[in-house]
Amino acid sequence: MKIIDARGLACPEPLLLLQNAVNSKENNYKVLATCPAARENIVRYATKLGFKSDVKEADGELEITLSK
Amino acid sequence: MKNEKRIMTLTGLCIGVIASLLVLFGNPVNMGYCIACFLRDTAGGLGLHKAEVVQYIRPEIIGLVLGSFLLAVFRKEFKPRGGSSPVTRFVLGFFVMIGCLMFLGCPFRTVLRLAGGDLNAIFGLAGFISGILVGLIFLKKGYSLKRTHTQTFVEGGIFPAAQIVLLVLLVAFPAIFFFSEKGPGSMHASIAISLVAGLIVGALSQKTRMCMVGGVRDVVLFREWKLLIGYISVFVGALVANLILTAVVPDKSFFKLGFEGQPVAHTDGLWNFLGMMLAGFGAVLLGGCPLRQLVMAGEGNSDSAITVVGLMVGAAFAHNYGLASSAAGPTEHGKIAVIAGIVVVGIIAALNTFNKKGE
Repeated sequence: MKIIDARGLACPEPLLLLQNAVNSKENNYKVLATCPAARENIVRYATKLGFKSDVKEADGELEITLSK
Repeated sequence: MKNEKRIMTLTGLCIGVIASLLVLFGNPVNMGYCIACFLRDTAGGLGLHKAEVVQYIRPEIIGLVLGSFLLAVFRKEFKPRGGSSPVTRFVLGFFVMIGCLMFLGCPFRTVLRLAGGDLNAIFGLAGFISGILVGLIFLKKGYSLKRTHTQTFVEGGIFPAAQIVLLVLLVAFPAIFFFSEKGPGSMHASIAISLVAGLIVGALSQKTRMCMVGGVRDVVLFREWKLLIGYISVFVGALVANLILTAVVPDKSFFKLGFEGQPVAHTDGLWNFLGMMLAGFGAVLLGGCPLRQLVMAGEGNSDSAITVVGLMVGAAFAHNYGLASSAAGPTEHGKIAVIAGIVVVGIIAALNTFNKKGE
């Protein structure tokens, strides 16, 4: 599983990192983020690409697991 | 239509109608809302600049920040964060304002000017989109102002708290501020109406992440239309409201199609374009338009709070040094400042994209 650490980065940077990462064509990714808008942005984008998303939040940090 | 986009459409329509109603209640024509103009007026009201026609403490700004703050607290999204290149953000905010005051409006007012029939705003809109596209080239190549860090509750809360202090002073001791007796600064809805309008738009924008820059950016980068739908809906809402109000309200026009004689606007297409190009370029590097910066400042983002201060200082400089345009057109000093701004913003973009030292 490829981990994308976007903690502390403002939108749209988390999404841009994911966009670059999906070029590696893996089936599983984990995105770590703190930007509040990242939750909906990442899930929406991943859904478009055919991923299933699972969002967990703890201590203000989002952990979004994407899988095909 | 998906639920998210339906909410965005309704939000945009609602904000557009509120903007037209603010004009009905006393704000300048095509300026129900203008974040740049209102921050400029507030800077003048505080005495940071001496342009006597644009001085007023705009309660809409106070309401926007507090509306966002209250909803963010309610939704558990009030998260004090900051430390992502604050001085750079201050400078970007400064020049975004220089660009806006060349055009005489922020991205928000660009839409409202179009909805009022002001065709000069087409040049502004074209410049704004061009500026965003230039910024996106850097974003695609890895531009970043680096990570934010968690801050204390005090650090995130100071900016919203300052708005409450300003509101109390405005209501209790208005005589301490500077208020225009003529010109756009003298035209305003009552404090209560402006404040409530601000609270509503602030909360709606917090909920939907409404952003004029983000609208264009997300379509280009991700083929995502949500934010742009909001932008277009503001236009539609304000246009329909303007046409209805023009028909039913005697002695006041809310819609006039053409280039000449538009309210608080000039007809120099080239400089309208370049001013908003600077604003779009700077704002996309900041991650959001002036409206979005106010909303994020309400969410506890101290970087956005610094950006807003940069916008206000930019406004003060624009009027103290004769950089801001007027209905007569742009000034020579303003043209030099806009070109200098494009160069400075370009250097900031390049250095934060290609210079990887110190990471």
